[in-house]
Amino acid sequence: MSALTQSTPAAAHTKTAPEKQWRPPSYWPFVVPALVVVLAIIIFPWVFTIWMSLNEWKVGSPTIFVGPSNYLRLTTDPRFIEAVGHTLVYTVLSVVLPLLLGTLAAVVFHQKFAGRGFLRGVFIMPMMATPVAIALVWTMMFHPQLGVLNYLLSLVGIPPQLWVFHPATVIPSLVLVETWQWTPLVMLIVLGGLAAIPTEPYESAQIDGASFWQVFRFITLPLIMPFLFIAGMIRMIDAVKSFDIIFAITQGGPGSASETINIYLYSVAFTYYDLGYGSAIAVVFFLLIVLLAAVMLYFRQRMLWTEIGSGA
Amino acid sequence: MNLRSILGRIGLWFAVLVIVSPAILFFLWMVSLSLKFEVDNAAYPPVFIPEHFAWKNYADVLASNRFLTYFVNSLIVTGSATALALLVGVPAGYGIARMAAHKSAIVILIARITPGLSYLIPLFLLFQWLGLLGTLVPQIIIHLVVTVPIVIWIMIGYFETTPLELEEAALIDGATRWQVFRHVALPIARPGIAVAFILAVIFSWNNFVFGIVLAGRETRTLPVAVYNMISFDQLSWGPLAAAALIVTFPVLLLTVLAQRQIVAGLTAGAVKGG
Repeated sequence: MSALTQSTPAAAHTKTAPEKQWRPPSYWPFVVPALVVVLAIIIFPWVFTIWMSLNEWKVGSPTIFVGPSNYLRLTTDPRFIEAVGHTLVYTVLSVVLPLLLGTLAAVVFHQKFAGRGFLRGVFIMPMMATPVAIALVWTMMFHPQLGVLNYLLSLVGIPPQLWVFHPATVIPSLVLVETWQWTPLVMLIVLGGLAAIPTEPYESAQIDGASFWQVFRFITLPLIMPFLFIAGMIRMIDAVKSFDIIFAITQGGPGSASETINIYLYSVAFTYYDLGYGSAIAVVFFLLIVLLAAVMLYFRQRMLWTEIGSGA
Repeated sequence: MNLRSILGRIGLWFAVLVIVSPAILFFLWMVSLSLKFEVDNAAYPPVFIPEHFAWKNYADVLASNRFLTYFVNSLIVTGSATALALLVGVPAGYGIARMAAHKSAIVILIARITPGLSYLIPLFLLFQWLGLLGTLVPQIIIHLVVTVPIVIWIMIGYFETTPLELEEAALIDGATRWQVFRHVALPIARPGIAVAFILAVIFSWNNFVFGIVLAGRETRTLPVAVYNMISFDQLSWGPLAAAALIVTFPVLLLTVLAQRQIVAGLTAGAVKGG
């Protein structure tokens, strides 16, 4: 095996060599430039961040090694703990709502109708548009006196809201923007799942006289579950990290009512220039995302087992 | 049965209308805001189609010479970051696909999970030490965080689907690996490269978080410039909306024109930068 990999590329046409085992080292030059870039902009920042998180590191003052004290400080920082709470609420809502609406939209876009391709293009515009630009327009729409949203509410007899200008409604309002923006991604992923479903189960269901809801609940839903899971995972990762929309619309306000971990991290690192503490937040933040992903995987695994169990 | 299918059609079109309208109405409202004078933008109930269009909102935005500077900055940053990403990412995707080195994808996954701000703290310090702050170089380099993983991810997926037979035949004929890549694999991969290019451009163009930290007065990209235009004391929604529309217009145009490639890329890799 090793003799084979050491030999010249001409060995390629010895057809006796099993294709799977034959891995010549000569593909490495293709990867090396990217490897250098990835080391410089992804691996190096990570190593450096971990090192910085163990130091008292403020711009303009000397660096002192302090060990885990930045991490200990996190556990007693009320603003951080509050930010974790905001992040979780924001994330749960921003996963569930796009999943529900995106699945509905996918079922509709799975049908054949004229202009489907073009309308699909229109439908995905919110997630491709520049987030800051759309945040700007949403800010105008949220305006309590002049905003179009309160006007629309008044048409159906609902009293005007303060939207992002009130602590109680700011997170739901931001979730509204996030949902508007990212439902299309869920739709696209689920649409891919629907396209992969065979037609036989539907035919037999039709013969058995199943209702539309029964077909969806007992045939479509289980078959698109893997895609829903992927969509949910991606949505979770993006919602936890959401920055542009929140920063551009509220900057974490009013007060700190919409301050998520990411927004707090920005303040610590680039408003107070407390880079050591900021690095500790970045590390914990990353671990939190990994933890959430692990929890989702765990529940997915358990669901699979119960599915197999009930199916047997 | 016939009546039922007609009703079904009507129901379907109604559902399509309901689903697409939040996107359509939002962007129409954005256009409306950008084309109204302040009187109309401050009116209640809101004016949807004004009697007089305020084209001067666009003229004002474009006429301020700063805006053109920022536009050029955005072009340079997105252009360079995308070109560099394609230069290193396409061969890398090829190499990883052919070596079946799937574990290397973990790095891409980590890059995907990591919040953009985590890169900023160490790289900010690095650029400061190197004395690069105040130029566009830091932004070009940090935009690679967005563009390189997208390109590598999409190219791995694409090269895995391209046939090996041609490449093997070329090797038998005595071509080097580089020649095989350059003259056999690369031409076949052109549609994949187009997808990677489009998504890298869009997510780099849209990026905001890197700019607010790294950009100075002269080195702002368009999203940062638009953000800095927001000031709530003066209610000048018209020019603001016009600026927002100018910033996002290239991306929206690309989305509608290349929606098939974008859909293919997003569902294959389900990537997003930052």
